[in-house]
Amino acid sequence: MFTLSEEHEMLRESARAFVQEKMPTAHLRAVREAKPEGFDRALWAEMAQLGWTGILIPEEHGGSALGYVGMGLVLEECGRTLAPSPLHSTALVGASAIALGGTAAQKNEWLPKIAAGELIVALAIDESAHHAPEKIKLEVKNGQLTGMKKYVADGHVADLLIVAAREGGVVKHFLVPANADGVTITQLKTLDSRGAADIAFKGAKAEPLGGPELVDQVLDRARIGLAAEMLGQASQAFETTSEYLKTRTQFGQLIGSFQALQHRAAKMFVELELTRSCVLAALSALDENRNDIAELASLAKARAGETLHLVSNEMVQMHGGIGMTDAADPGLYLKRARVAEALYGSASYHRDRYAALNNF
Amino acid sequence: MADGRGPETSQELEAFRNETRAWLEANCPPLMRTPMGEDDAVWGGRNWKPKHPEQKQWLDAMASRGWTAPTWPKAYGGGGLTPQENLILQDELRRIKARPALMSFGIWMFGPVLLEFGNEEQKKKYLPQIVRGEIRWCQGYSEPGAGSDLAGLQTKCEDKGDHYLINGQKVWTSYANEADWIFCLVRTDTTVKHEGISFILFDMTSPGVETRPIKLISGASPFCETFFTDVKVPKENLVGKLNGGWEIAKRLLMYERTSISAGGFGGGAGALPIEEIAKHYVGVEDGKLEDRDLRARIAAHKMYDKAFGLTVRRAQEMAKAGDNVSHMASMFKVAAATMNQEKTELIVEAMGNRALGWSGEGFTKGEILAPRAMLRAKGNSIEGGTTEVNLNVLAKRVLGLRDHQ
Repeated sequence: MFTLSEEHEMLRESARAFVQEKMPTAHLRAVREAKPEGFDRALWAEMAQLGWTGILIPEEHGGSALGYVGMGLVLEECGRTLAPSPLHSTALVGASAIALGGTAAQKNEWLPKIAAGELIVALAIDESAHHAPEKIKLEVKNGQLTGMKKYVADGHVADLLIVAAREGGVVKHFLVPANADGVTITQLKTLDSRGAADIAFKGAKAEPLGGPELVDQVLDRARIGLAAEMLGQASQAFETTSEYLKTRTQFGQLIGSFQALQHRAAKMFVELELTRSCVLAALSALDENRNDIAELASLAKARAGETLHLVSNEMVQMHGGIGMTDAADPGLYLKRARVAEALYGSASYHRDRYAALNNF
Repeated sequence: MADGRGPETSQELEAFRNETRAWLEANCPPLMRTPMGEDDAVWGGRNWKPKHPEQKQWLDAMASRGWTAPTWPKAYGGGGLTPQENLILQDELRRIKARPALMSFGIWMFGPVLLEFGNEEQKKKYLPQIVRGEIRWCQGYSEPGAGSDLAGLQTKCEDKGDHYLINGQKVWTSYANEADWIFCLVRTDTTVKHEGISFILFDMTSPGVETRPIKLISGASPFCETFFTDVKVPKENLVGKLNGGWEIAKRLLMYERTSISAGGFGGGAGALPIEEIAKHYVGVEDGKLEDRDLRARIAAHKMYDKAFGLTVRRAQEMAKAGDNVSHMASMFKVAAATMNQEKTELIVEAMGNRALGWSGEGFTKGEILAPRAMLRAKGNSIEGGTTEVNLNVLAKRVLGLRDHQ
């Protein structure tokens, strides 16, 4: 369950090399200043050439079918440098939703375009200040969508929207091209500089995608994939902070020699190791199509959220005054952390769900 | 691994599983598949009187196959199983809810280091007795002045030509009053610290050995003060080199931390899951525990518990793949202590005033046990290396943070 294949090791190596060279945190700063879309389309094309957009797509539709463990490794590496791109929403959420729930025609139409990097997909799920898929109100009547979606990740750059909506009382997914009539997309400037969108639907034509069971399947995939990205963020935030503890001196001592800091660093290490196990277990549960995916998804997302929250706070604190400056990286990690913590359900949401799944 | 065998094919493993399942079916008495009370644990030893004949029968059956120490070499009475075969055996034992045939510091801590550091004669003499549960061992580590700073130990061991002479005192010696033999850290050179420690074995019935149980806040007395006055020990009982005991001591601590974390903790509360206890004492509304704050904290605890279990499995897989996972022992110790304390506290909280009894008729047996388990669990972050010492180990050895200059 936890041992990587040689193929996966190679994928991780190449992802790490690419991200470290082309998308270090300096890249995020450059995007923040110069790219209103929140990512760089030239690098997105390179990611597609590397095959990342096709990791979850079957070979007959132009993908490599390397599975969720493979996808998770790439997302984790992207998380390390906060590399901004619509990879999660397109290659994981979009591709898996269509591959799992799509008709033959839908797969033929959309999957090759996703694999080729020609199509950006976004999942429109939340309608209020909080993630609450069970309370979705957006309605489909006579094949037409009406209502509002909030804070849709990558919604401002998407070509195709997957919209969760209620039809006859049951929540299902629907496909809506972003440029369809009756769709109004308002870009949001967000804390993490990646952007998102509020989207209004007024009688937009909606094409059903899969049945009601697809909703949770897709959400759990989104949660697990995001947890993998968050694991990368937290790991790097921790390692950067450890390095700082080994170089910064005060009172004539390396600050990492102070026991007050050593113990907090050791506790973060323990949290990271536990979180890593949860994320890997959840990714492999997806590949093995096990029956405990929902429980592991909530476990992974909640643990990743709590760990990233802790580590991002400690990153600022242990860097001292430097950590408060815009020129240093801790602020970038802190900002992305808060966004990722909230997307697809906070730790609090997933604790509640975990309890419900365990009947208490 | 143990007998130099290579990885097995999946057919071989499947055959092993079938054979194991059939053998357990035939040899594990029904009573040994029922939940175990705290005083049902079998520790073996010279003075052991089985509560039920099935306990002895089950121990003897398992020992005859070496399955009380499944991965030890057959030459020393072990099962000679590969790690994969052992996983299958443990799987099958869990499947029929078998009680442990034998609880043993010999198996968990002493045996593994003797396999590594002992000479052939010592291994031949001591290991088979451990496998069969004939000799119960205790651990002579902590002293009144050497707790977290274990290497500060002072128990003196002098070379008297044809024997060693031991004088001093140990403390927190688990079950010393019931043990047959002790593996003991002693000072053989007073001019240096770590390099003056040796690892030695002796019979607890030797003249000059005295044990006094210590009563804990939980009411139980699992630990002793142990006194040595002119105890004569044969020279062949030294393990490893004279003054070379610290390396052995540390390796043993690693095994101890791992075994404690793997569920050997004192204070582990009853078999019912916390949420079931809470449902009973707190009540349920709309399918959810009525106290929503407690519900959230129980969920958080269960998730931590699950994350811990997954991490143990990950470490096992990594070890199997040949990765070094020694750094994980301290991590498991820290996490397991936190978890067990959290769990026993949540149970007390969920039971409300039903968990505030000490003895007598006003409370059920489970209600009496709950606060005692909570109290006992406070020791989890002290015994086997305090949480603070383990965090030091992680910071220095794993994270590479330096000492204060």
